[in-house]
Amino acid sequence: MSVKVYDLGHARAGDKGNTSNVSVTAYDERAWNILREQLTSERVMHAYAEIAKGPVTRYELPKLRALNFVIENALGGGVTVSLAQDMHGKSLSFKMLDIDLHGEG
Amino acid sequence: MTAPRSSIRVGTGAGFSDDRIDPAAALAARGKLDYLVFECLAERTIARETLTRLKDPERGYTPYLVERFQAVLPACTQNGIRIVTNMGAANPLGAARAVRREAKALGIADLPVAVVTGDDVADLVRQNPQLPLMESGEPVESLLPRMASANAYLGADVIRDGLATGAPVVMTGRVADPSLFLGTMLHGLGWAYDDYPKLAVGTLAGHLMECAGQVTGGCFIDPGRKDAEDAVNIGFPYADIGQDGSLLLGKLEDSGGRLDVMTCTEQVLYEMHDPTSYITPDCILDITGVEFAQEGKHRVRAKGAKARPRTPTYKVVVGYHDGYIGEGEVAYAGPNAVARAQLAEKIVRERLQLRGFTYPEIRVDYIGMSSLHGMGEGRPEPYEVRLRIAARSPDRKAALAVGFEVRTLHVNGPSGGGGGSNAIREVLAVKSILMPRELVKTAVTVVGGK
Repeated sequence: MSVKVYDLGHARAGDKGNTSNVSVTAYDERAWNILREQLTSERVMHAYAEIAKGPVTRYELPKLRALNFVIENALGGGVTVSLAQDMHGKSLSFKMLDIDLHGEG
Repeated sequence: MTAPRSSIRVGTGAGFSDDRIDPAAALAARGKLDYLVFECLAERTIARETLTRLKDPERGYTPYLVERFQAVLPACTQNGIRIVTNMGAANPLGAARAVRREAKALGIADLPVAVVTGDDVADLVRQNPQLPLMESGEPVESLLPRMASANAYLGADVIRDGLATGAPVVMTGRVADPSLFLGTMLHGLGWAYDDYPKLAVGTLAGHLMECAGQVTGGCFIDPGRKDAEDAVNIGFPYADIGQDGSLLLGKLEDSGGRLDVMTCTEQVLYEMHDPTSYITPDCILDITGVEFAQEGKHRVRAKGAKARPRTPTYKVVVGYHDGYIGEGEVAYAGPNAVARAQLAEKIVRERLQLRGFTYPEIRVDYIGMSSLHGMGEGRPEPYEVRLRIAARSPDRKAALAVGFEVRTLHVNGPSGGGGGSNAIREVLAVKSILMPRELVKTAVTVVGGK
């Protein structure tokens, strides 16, 4: 059974230079376990392949039940020079939420 | 000056240069604040304002300065709330004079303003061309001919010193966002600048509050999934910070939005990279131990922040001229809309080529399909689509041609193309260097208050 990150947690994207960071916070313990196990930096890099060159680094914050993904080379050279409409990459959190994972059987 | 207090209340008046005005007025009137902090400088704002100052030496501060002070000065004066802000941008002294003029118009004859200077390090950068760019490792020297501005992110110590003058307003140029807040605590609670457990609390508080409404329901709501009351009137946050390092966030009861563990968790990770090492001019913050607890409706307690000693350098953002971006848009709807937009793209590319223009980078967006997350796989065609073509060039003429050729599609392109628009902008890019602290000389000057 497939489940979207959207059903497991909430997300926010931030920008710094040409790097985007997207945090994902689990709604509960069950969701946290799925996210922690399946939402790897490789999975995220794959999802953002059309948007970012990477690399992607994942940080875990168990006390907040959150993952923080730092996605490099993601913002068209950076907010000030990007040709993109969404130069801050504010919408990139919803790319994360659209990722499909395996739910529990 | 007054002795340190056991607790102070600090509110956020703005989280970016174009932020809403009213929430600050509400906080000033009813928030029982001690300090109201306005953060109004994005990465490149100072570069842009430096150019404004070149045209008019009295300007170069944030565009909404007058409106913001008009909205809060009477209540702040009446309630004894002190204002801290980086609205000075590229001209803190000019900003101070503008604030004093506005105060006078509001009946405050002589409003002293403490002005922090020294963040403008353009001369120091010219004298140290060997300093490496953080992005590439190359010396900053190559940017010097095109440099528009160079500003160091100053720390909370300059805010503390500004407040120590007793002036009701502290006006700065570039100061790191969390430091604007931490400075009020150094002054108001008498915290030492090497008391790192306290600096951790103040930096966490500043980081949570620096984007104003982003911790109180802004940038958060997803209808049906994550809702908030009265999204129209999202209130801005305040925090009660105890001398002992306690931190309790809140917002006005009659304001809209939402302040809870979820909003705080999203905001604490906002623009965070390695959560063990959030580097500010004051300390290196570690948020991996941070926990939030709901203590009442729209009241959240935060604890568990740690900090390591600050680095020996200031981060300096160098703004420089980097050519032009030209762009144009045109929209199509109904049957075969996407195919018509695709033909339009092809026509524009070829017409630009025929005119002899080439570009280091061209970006094509099909708004409604691919402009935010790329084309993806197997997405259905939308009923309507807006074609956007953008390109950069060092040559203004070449950049102008992009929008021009899109604009002409109304008459010279595929059927049913409407709503054309075109634009060109001068690019002010930014790169960063690290500058040894001892080179940077800061100063606090009080304007007025004789």
